[in-house]
Amino acid sequence: MNLHTLSRSWLAGLTAVTLGASALFGTAHAATPPTDEVMTTGLAVTDDTVKVGILHSLTGTMAISETGSIQAEKLAIKQINEQGGILGRQIEYTVEDGASDWPTFAEKARKLLQGDKVATVFGCWTSASRKAVLPVFEQNNGLLYYPTFYEGLEQSKNVFYTGQEATQQILAALNWANEELGAKSFYLVGSDYIWPRTSMKIARTHIEKHLGGRVVGEDYYPLGNTQFGSLINKIKLKRPDLVFAAVVGGSNVAWFKQLKAAGMTADRMPMLTISVTEDEVLGIGKQNVEGFYSSMKYFQSLDIPSNKEFVAAFKKEYGDDAVIGDVTESAYLGPWLWKRAVEKAGSFDVDKVVAASDNMEWKEGMPHGYTKVDPNHHLWMRTRIGQWGSDGQAKVVWESDVIEPNPFPEGY
Amino acid sequence: MGDFTAQELTAIFVMQGFSGLSLFCVFLLMALGLAIIFGQMGVINMAHGEFLTLGAYITYLVSYQAAEWGATALTWYFPVAIVAAFIGTFALGYLVERFMIRYLYNRPLDTLLATWGLGLILQQVFRSVFGPREKTVTMPDWLLGSYRATDMIDIPLNGLFILVITLVLTLALFALLYRSRWGIKVRATTQNRSMANAAGINTDRVDRLTFALGCGIAGVAGAAFTTIASTGPTTGSLYIVDTFLVVVFGGAASLLGTVVSAFGIAQSQSILSFFWSGSMAKVFTLLTVVVILMLRPQGLFASKVRR
Repeated sequence: MNLHTLSRSWLAGLTAVTLGASALFGTAHAATPPTDEVMTTGLAVTDDTVKVGILHSLTGTMAISETGSIQAEKLAIKQINEQGGILGRQIEYTVEDGASDWPTFAEKARKLLQGDKVATVFGCWTSASRKAVLPVFEQNNGLLYYPTFYEGLEQSKNVFYTGQEATQQILAALNWANEELGAKSFYLVGSDYIWPRTSMKIARTHIEKHLGGRVVGEDYYPLGNTQFGSLINKIKLKRPDLVFAAVVGGSNVAWFKQLKAAGMTADRMPMLTISVTEDEVLGIGKQNVEGFYSSMKYFQSLDIPSNKEFVAAFKKEYGDDAVIGDVTESAYLGPWLWKRAVEKAGSFDVDKVVAASDNMEWKEGMPHGYTKVDPNHHLWMRTRIGQWGSDGQAKVVWESDVIEPNPFPEGY
Repeated sequence: MGDFTAQELTAIFVMQGFSGLSLFCVFLLMALGLAIIFGQMGVINMAHGEFLTLGAYITYLVSYQAAEWGATALTWYFPVAIVAAFIGTFALGYLVERFMIRYLYNRPLDTLLATWGLGLILQQVFRSVFGPREKTVTMPDWLLGSYRATDMIDIPLNGLFILVITLVLTLALFALLYRSRWGIKVRATTQNRSMANAAGINTDRVDRLTFALGCGIAGVAGAAFTTIASTGPTTGSLYIVDTFLVVVFGGAASLLGTVVSAFGIAQSQSILSFFWSGSMAKVFTLLTVVVILMLRPQGLFASKVRR
């Protein structure tokens, strides 16, 4: 690095600090940079506003899951606006309904990018909806922040994945089960679609190759299945040390209720799931999940100052009964990730925002703790094991080191 | 399965038998209401699942209220919830027949579309009123857990409860249809509508009550299912396909057929998913039903009806 660039970056840093300080103390308003400086690609940016899109299912079967994400994204945008917005511009959002229908997601994504010219989109929940909008975002060079933990095996310049990919969520959790619970034999159970199947494939390889354990059974049930009697009998007969489960949706409720009814409580049959968050517990019922484990990067009960603030703000906005699950928290990250990248780039242009995002790091300030954006567009973070209590909240019993995201795991 | 003791195998046999039996009860509860509407009136009620959901939500409301009133109320609210679910769905069914279905008799495709639309409307109403998230019905203690007959054998209490409800409801329905004056009118209307009319039976009234009764039974099923599965705006759609399968397979207009077909499908599904995976069991069951229906389109039991 020569002296010239050094002094320039030093100057830029100094300016940023000054800007930050003036925003913080409100003594002077930073001059808003002119629009033609911060945007050169025809996005919906004016001298005092910037438009973004929120794309989730408001209707249909997925509305159950996606509601929390919408709430979190709106909250983050509101907080950013209260702090003075981004580059002196207030964020305005347009909400589009993907209606739990994948072609509709693609159509609405096209509308947001081509019609509304939004600077970024926060949205999608299922892998299927993400796969449907992916080509739209790539063709139009749009930007998407995707909140759900998912199966991995994907990476796009135009998407940031704020949830965990499969290896982050699974490998550490299995290691923990092996060491702490002494689990040697495992029974794998999932709903029958891509995420559980990919996750279980990774889990099986890890168990057999790296833990020296055994998989005594592996079963998938159709989405919406509500009868698990035969499966529960099979598990009873095979007597695994641990049931590893990824059952989703309405099936999940039936699965837990019937486990309880069959006398398979946590003390008789330990179970670790990768699909139960505080949101699911609402539907399943506290009395039915007590004692079981979940592997997530975030639990509402996390004892981190920034999380306490986040939970308080969320409850103030949406009522005391509101709960925050892992995906809701991931959705909350999206606008903040985008804000910092835009400010670092000094521009809303997608290429510059993407370039500025690499290796952005938060030592604190995020509700789940340490965060770093990997150049592969996934996040570095910790994985935690939570044990569900009778109050419907998880108690964190174990926490991993920061785990590097690895969406294309080799040997799995 | 060589390395299991005889005792273990017996235990599994008993529990597997019971899980097949509970599945049978679930199918039968769902299908009874649809069978009398479809069988007796020839109306394909696509909104049947939503009546079930309504019953589940009424149960949720009663349990919510009971929780406010305290522990004693929470222990004994369930029978009240079942009655409330029946009354609520019966009333809605009555209104739907009065203001919608009656204008669409003898137009099966139109009723199919209209009731499907009604189902979508109801789903969105549930979503707006109760929110898109699933609701938990707090279970009384006597419905939680299992009866441990031996070390290996656990009989789920909610399964037993549903078994009792199914038995009572099925017997009551048979008594109503085959042992009461009203039942005679219903059967007369089914067998020959114009002749029944000529004999002085008010067939409009019979239709209205039959439809409402079918919906009421769906409501009871919904209340019962809160003990084993989820309560959300789209809960009904989880059951509707299986329900139609049971009714069509059993043969329209035959209650006995419905019972037998529910038993057959439930047992085969339960046994197959023990030896196979859940998805494969479903595929195989559906295939078998399709083949049998190809050979015997009228279903297992067909009653003679003048159309």
